[in-house]
Amino acid sequence: MTSTEQHKGQETAFAVNAKGYYGKFGGAYIPEMLHPNVEELQQNYLQIIHQADFQEEFQNLLKNYVGRPTPLYYATRLSEKYKTNIYLKREDLCHTGAHKVNNTIGQILLAKRLGKHKIVAETGAGQHGVATATVCALMGLECIVYMGEIDIQRQAPNVARMKMLGAEVRPATSGSKTLKDATNEALRHWINNPVDTHYIIGSVVGPHPYPDMVARFQSIISEEIRSQLLEKTGKENPDYVIACVGGGSNAAGAFYHFLDELDVKLIAAEAGGHGIHSGMSAATTFLGKPGVLHGSKSILMQTEDGQVVEPQSISAGLDYPGIGPLHAHLWDSGRAKFYAITDEESIEAGFELTKLEGIIPAIESAHALSVLKYLNAEANETVVVNLSGRGDKDLATYMKYL
Amino acid sequence: MNRITELFQTKLHSVLNLYFTAGYPTLNDTMPILEALQEAGADIAEIGMPYSDPVADGETIQQSNQIALDNGMSLKVLFEQLKGMREKVQIPVILMGYINPVLQFGIENFCQKCQEVGVDGMILPDLPMDEYEEEYKPVFDKYGLLNIFLITPQTTEARIRRIDEISGGFIYMVSSASVTGKTSGISDEMEAYFNRVNAMNLKNPRLIGFGIKDHETFTKASEYAAGAIIGSQFIRVLQAASDIKTDVVEYIKSVKVG
Repeated sequence: MTSTEQHKGQETAFAVNAKGYYGKFGGAYIPEMLHPNVEELQQNYLQIIHQADFQEEFQNLLKNYVGRPTPLYYATRLSEKYKTNIYLKREDLCHTGAHKVNNTIGQILLAKRLGKHKIVAETGAGQHGVATATVCALMGLECIVYMGEIDIQRQAPNVARMKMLGAEVRPATSGSKTLKDATNEALRHWINNPVDTHYIIGSVVGPHPYPDMVARFQSIISEEIRSQLLEKTGKENPDYVIACVGGGSNAAGAFYHFLDELDVKLIAAEAGGHGIHSGMSAATTFLGKPGVLHGSKSILMQTEDGQVVEPQSISAGLDYPGIGPLHAHLWDSGRAKFYAITDEESIEAGFELTKLEGIIPAIESAHALSVLKYLNAEANETVVVNLSGRGDKDLATYMKYL
Repeated sequence: MNRITELFQTKLHSVLNLYFTAGYPTLNDTMPILEALQEAGADIAEIGMPYSDPVADGETIQQSNQIALDNGMSLKVLFEQLKGMREKVQIPVILMGYINPVLQFGIENFCQKCQEVGVDGMILPDLPMDEYEEEYKPVFDKYGLLNIFLITPQTTEARIRRIDEISGGFIYMVSSASVTGKTSGISDEMEAYFNRVNAMNLKNPRLIGFGIKDHETFTKASEYAAGAIIGSQFIRVLQAASDIKTDVVEYIKSVKVG
């Protein structure tokens, strides 16, 4: 396989290059102990993903196990309210309740082909942990999930789901005891178990090739949006695609096939927490600077001395001090527009969708819905909001506002 | 001449490198520990620059990093503390740490400060080789600083040769696949790996790190390399120390002569 074949799409401005960079961001900033594993992935992931038998198994599971294609639903009452045409991409209807499973299915099929029989993963809210534990049960692989000690306490239902699915949930007790530290512990576990273990990262973060690999597995979202829009409106391209960004996997999937379609405006909703000037926020592009965390160079919330700052958001899934390098590049180049949505705004948007459409969104996805009020879209325009997950896991939080 | 290069010109066996975290156990312990190391006969002092997310380190060094940060340690404070270091300390000094704080400090600024205070080299485990060669090496060279790379039992021969090409001073030979502070002792598997690397006739000497903690492991490691690095165990000694100078001198004596 030649390098040009390896990096199909390299002619586009937003694809990863051979060294794993999107513009200034990306790369593989890893200690030598991780090098053999990461290099093995770098050299094999595209070849494996492009194999016919991989694609057959992947597509079959997406259809019959995950329930794809997920509907692209025209939200009539929400559209009336915002005087435009709003479509919801219903990733909340995926098996396990969010888009995360698209990636875990892809990665577990890859892990099997690399001869790995143990899986390690990190999780924040528990959605990626559940999606990983699910595919490990499906494939009969051993599964260890690191989760911050604090997140274990506040996401008990997902901890129970992971345990029922047979995963071992290990508390990350270092640092701030949340997602960032769970990721550190998962990386350390991989360093200590380099031969038989594959690390399933849950977002478009980490050393190359993870950001590109995860984006490819999630790209099914925008692939379906295009064909569904064509069918419904006669046009493949919407005017806007809106998605929330923590690390950014659902946004990467929703943006993927529109990256080079410059007439499509890409909108990212970050978690503003209590407000970007409150000191309690996770709005990385508003508060961060270029830096290196978890194996790649990106935008990072940090002190003047380069120590990573603890983020704050009502949504555990957006509670991360960085964003994936692709998103850093989309921000830096102006290709995507970023909004910081406060906790309160996201809750309002969550209740609004529930009342107007009978759909309870994950609080993460409610951040994306909150952007609608800032958009001022025209009556003849088309807006797609990626509804990345369902809100069942967030009921306790929503109830506080009822 | 660079002090690390000079050291290995005269000494190629039983070289002892001690790692400690700057600002640990208390903020102003950095210089007293350096002086105690020199007095005790350590060959190289490796100062850890604390970081919030040290992924290659085990619990002991992680905790020392966190405590040092809580104590108020930063690169600015560290360079302040090291001003005038060369009036008291003549052994080679290495700074070890993760790339992000160095990036925020600014590479050129960092290297300039290192030269000013008399630092001889760097260990930056998450700095990739390609980026080092393209962006960092010219700056390191300009300020006379050596960059020390790690190899592990999984590092391929081709990659070891490339690391040998671009390394200066010595190569940090990680004894087994793990984070710091996890392993103890030297297994047959490790011996095979050390022998394999020794047979390669590399231009740089090697120091063995990870799992070295006492006279027995130090002596054993010294049979297979120019010497060894002690990190986590020395942090434990510092953590328990009632008097830094006495306890450091006593520990190093116990490592060197048993």
